[in-house]
Amino acid sequence: MALTLLVNGKEHNLEVSPEEILLYVLRDRLDLTGAKYGCGEGQCGACTVLIDGSAVRSCRTQVSAAAGKKITTIEGLARGDTLHPVQKAFVQAEALQCGYCTPGMILSAVALLDHTPKPTGKQIVRYMDGNICRCGTYERIIEAVRFAATFSRSKHESGV
Amino acid sequence: MKAASDPELQQHQRILRLHRFDLGRRDFFKVLGGGLVVCVASGRLAAQESGDGGRRQVSETLDSWLHIGETGQVTVFTGKVEVGQNIRTSLAQQVSEELRVPVSTITMVMGDTDLTPYDMGTFGSRSTPQMGTQLRKVAASARAVLTQMAAERWHTDEANLLAAEGTIRDPKSRRVISYADLTRGQKLTKVVFNDPPETSADKWKVAGTSTPKKNAQDFVTGAHKYVSDLSVPGMLFGKVVRPNAFHANLASCDGSQAEKMPGVTVVRDGDFVGVAAEDRGTAERAAAAVRAQWNAPAQPSESELFDYLKTHEQKEKDPDDEIIKGSVEEARVWAAKTLQQTYTVAYIAHVPLEPRAAVAEWKGSKLTVWTGTQRPFGVRSELAQAFHISEDDIRVIMPDTGSAYGGKHTGEAAVEAARLAKTAGKPVKLTWTREEEFTWAYFRPAGVIEVRSGVKDGTLAFWEFDNYNSGPSGMSTPYEVANQRVAFHPSDAPLRQGSYRSLAAAANHFARESHMDELAHELKMDPLEFRMKNLKDERLRAVFQAAADKFGWAKAKNSPSQGFGIAGGIEKGGRVATVAEVSISRGEVKVVRVVEAFDCGAVVNPQGLRNQIAGAVVQGLGGALFEAIHFENGRILNPHLAEYRVPRFSDAPQIDVVLVDRKDQPSMGAGETPLVGIAPAVANAIFNASGIRLRSMPLLARGLPSKAT
Repeated sequence: MALTLLVNGKEHNLEVSPEEILLYVLRDRLDLTGAKYGCGEGQCGACTVLIDGSAVRSCRTQVSAAAGKKITTIEGLARGDTLHPVQKAFVQAEALQCGYCTPGMILSAVALLDHTPKPTGKQIVRYMDGNICRCGTYERIIEAVRFAATFSRSKHESGV
Repeated sequence: MKAASDPELQQHQRILRLHRFDLGRRDFFKVLGGGLVVCVASGRLAAQESGDGGRRQVSETLDSWLHIGETGQVTVFTGKVEVGQNIRTSLAQQVSEELRVPVSTITMVMGDTDLTPYDMGTFGSRSTPQMGTQLRKVAASARAVLTQMAAERWHTDEANLLAAEGTIRDPKSRRVISYADLTRGQKLTKVVFNDPPETSADKWKVAGTSTPKKNAQDFVTGAHKYVSDLSVPGMLFGKVVRPNAFHANLASCDGSQAEKMPGVTVVRDGDFVGVAAEDRGTAERAAAAVRAQWNAPAQPSESELFDYLKTHEQKEKDPDDEIIKGSVEEARVWAAKTLQQTYTVAYIAHVPLEPRAAVAEWKGSKLTVWTGTQRPFGVRSELAQAFHISEDDIRVIMPDTGSAYGGKHTGEAAVEAARLAKTAGKPVKLTWTREEEFTWAYFRPAGVIEVRSGVKDGTLAFWEFDNYNSGPSGMSTPYEVANQRVAFHPSDAPLRQGSYRSLAAAANHFARESHMDELAHELKMDPLEFRMKNLKDERLRAVFQAAADKFGWAKAKNSPSQGFGIAGGIEKGGRVATVAEVSISRGEVKVVRVVEAFDCGAVVNPQGLRNQIAGAVVQGLGGALFEAIHFENGRILNPHLAEYRVPRFSDAPQIDVVLVDRKDQPSMGAGETPLVGIAPAVANAIFNASGIRLRSMPLLARGLPSKAT
C-alpha cells in the first residue's frame, strides 16, 4: 500500500506492506541507520525512535502504525550543527563505549526529559531500564541525563 | 591439540610475525598524497631510505607506520580494532605525545588488511602494552626524521632543535618550520630499525590525560556506520538456513519453493544452506520456504555438564598447564587445618549488542568483506581457506564495531556472506539475528574448579587447584605458598567455546578468592588480614589497601542484611582489588556498592580507563549473578534477551574507582582485569550477609537458597 512517513520533518511516500517493521523501513529504505537492531523483541531499546514525542521500539512497530505521525530518529535530533542538549551531555560525560546503544539511549532520555524535566535518579533508572548498554556505561548515562536536565530548554526547543 | 577451550592462549603462543609484505602495494602516496611515511621495522639492518614515492619494494617485517601529509595531517595505521575500549583515542594520544602534534590532527586507520600492518588481533589486553609501545616508537622515529630534515635544511645540528606542536624549532635562531612545510612536495619513505628514545610517563603531556573520545560526535548523531549499517550498490540481503541442532548434517534440502520467489538465489554447499534476495523480508520468507532435513547426533545436556567436563578430559596436555612447587603431600601432613571445595562456572554468552554482521563483495576473483571482528587478518585467513584463494586477493575491513568482549575472534558471518555473494553474483549483506548470535557464536567455557588447601598459624601450607575446561588464564595464585600444585585440564567440551573478556581469569579468581574467604572464616580471621598475611606482591597489597580504605572496610555493618566482601588478584600485568557491598531483603540480593582499585601501570587516559573499569564491573556482575546459557541435546534453550538476563540500569551498583597510577611501570591493558574480582567479592559479601556460601556462577541461578550448604 502507499503510505506517507514523516521522518525528521521530511515526508516520504512509500509503497510498503502495512505490516512491515518500522525499524527496517527506516534502515533499509530510508538509509536512516541510527536506529539499531539489537534483539528484535523490544528487550534492548537499541531501535528506539520517537513517535509524536514518545519513545517507541521500532523493531516492534508496524509501519502502518507510524504513518502520518511525527517520527524522530537520532539523525533528526540535532539542529544543523547544534547538538541536542542530551547529545551534548552524552559527549561531555563520555557516556558511551562502543556506542551501539547510544542512539536509543539518547532518544529514550529525550522522551523522559520531555515529560519529566527534572528526573530523580530513581526515575531515570526506572524509565531507562528497557535500554541495555552491554558495555555497562549505566552510571555515566545517568550522569549525562542529569546533566542534560540542567541545560536550559530554551536553547534547544526539542520540537519532537 | 592443546586446550581447545583456550584459543586465545593458543593465539598468544603462535605469534608468527613472518608476514612479509610489499610496501609498494600499499601506495600511501596515491591514497594520501605526498609527504613522509615512517615505518618501524623489527629487523636489524641499517636504516633504509627511498625517495621514489614508495614504488620500491621493502621486504622487511614492518610493525607499524604513519604518514605525515603535506597539510600536516597525520595518519596512523594499525591492525588493531576499536570495539568500544577506546583505543582509537588512547593510541592517538600516544602518537600525539611522541610526535608532538595535537590529537586532532591524527587520523587512525584501523583494522583494514590492505592498509594496516599485520596484526594477530585485538584481544588479551595487548593493545596498550604492545601496540601503544610500537606506535610511540614510530612516532618518536618520525619526530627524529623530521628533526633531521630540518637540520639539513638549516645546516645545523639536530641537537640544537626541538619539536613542538607540529613544528621543528631552533630556539637560538628562532626559526620555525611546520611538519607540513618540511614534507611538502616530498614522497619520502623512511624505514627505521633502531629504538628511538621515548618520553617517560612522568613527562607525558597528552598521554596520561583524559583526552575526549575522538569520534564521540559520530556516535551521538547516528553518523557512525557500523557494519550492519553499511550498504553497497546492488547489494542483496542474505539469510542462512540454520540446522535444528549443533553438529547436524544436512540430510535433504528442497529449495524449489524459495527459488520461485522473485530475485531469490538459494545456495547449497555441503551442509551450508542460505538464500540471498533483494530485500530483507524476501530473504526471510525465502529462508523459511527452504525445506531442509537435518540429522543431529545425541549430545550432552546442561544437567550433566560438570560431570561431563570432568570425565572427558583431553589426553594431550601442555606442560605449561601444570605448576608444581615444593611438596603438597608433605605439607598435608603438617597443616593444622585443611579445606576442600568445588566451584563451578556456567557457559555464558558475550551478547555484543551488534550481532555478527558482514557485507561481502566479489569483483572477479577479488573479495572485499566488511565485518565486525577482533581479528581482521584472522578472518582474511578463514576466507582464504574457505574459498581456496590467496590472502592477497582478499581485503577485510573492520569499521568500529558494536562491541565484542572476546566474542568476535571469528569470521562466520564474513564467510557466509561471501559464500552467498559468490553464487548470487552481487554483494550480500548478512546480519545475524539475536537468536543466531546466542546460538551459533561461541561461549565462554563452563568449568569445574577443585581447590584443596591447608593452613597453619594463619599461613598457607599448601594449595592444590584443578581447573577442568574453563582455562588456565589467571590460575596461578598470587599468594605466598611454598607447596602447591595448580593444573588446567582441558576437556572435550559439549558446546563451541572460545575467548571472553578476561577469559578463565574470572572463573579462576572466583574459585581462588572464594576459597581464601572460606579459609579466613575457618581461621576466624578478617578476610583482608588473612590475604595480606599471605601476600608479598607490593603492588597487589597496595590496591587491596586502597580499595579497603576507600570502601571503609573496617567500618561496622549498618544492619544484619548488609554484607561486605573483598577479592583481588594479578592478571595481564595489572593488579585489581574489588570490595562489594550487598543487601539482602526477603531473599532478594542487591549489589549496592562496588569499590575497585586498579593498578595497570602508567595510566594513558583516566577518563577512558574509568569507563572500562565500570563497564567490566557491570559486565562481571551479569556472569556473577544471573547469566547462564541453558542447553539440551545440541540446542540452546534460552537464545533471547527475554530469557537470558544481562545487567540493566537497575542492576548497576554505585561504582567507586580508585586508579593507582604507577608512572614508574609500563602501561598494561585494562579491558579485562577489572572484571575478575567482582564475582568472588559479591559471593563473599553474600556469605558475610547471610552465612550462605555460593560456589557456582551464576550465584543466583535459582535465587538465594534458604539455608547454608
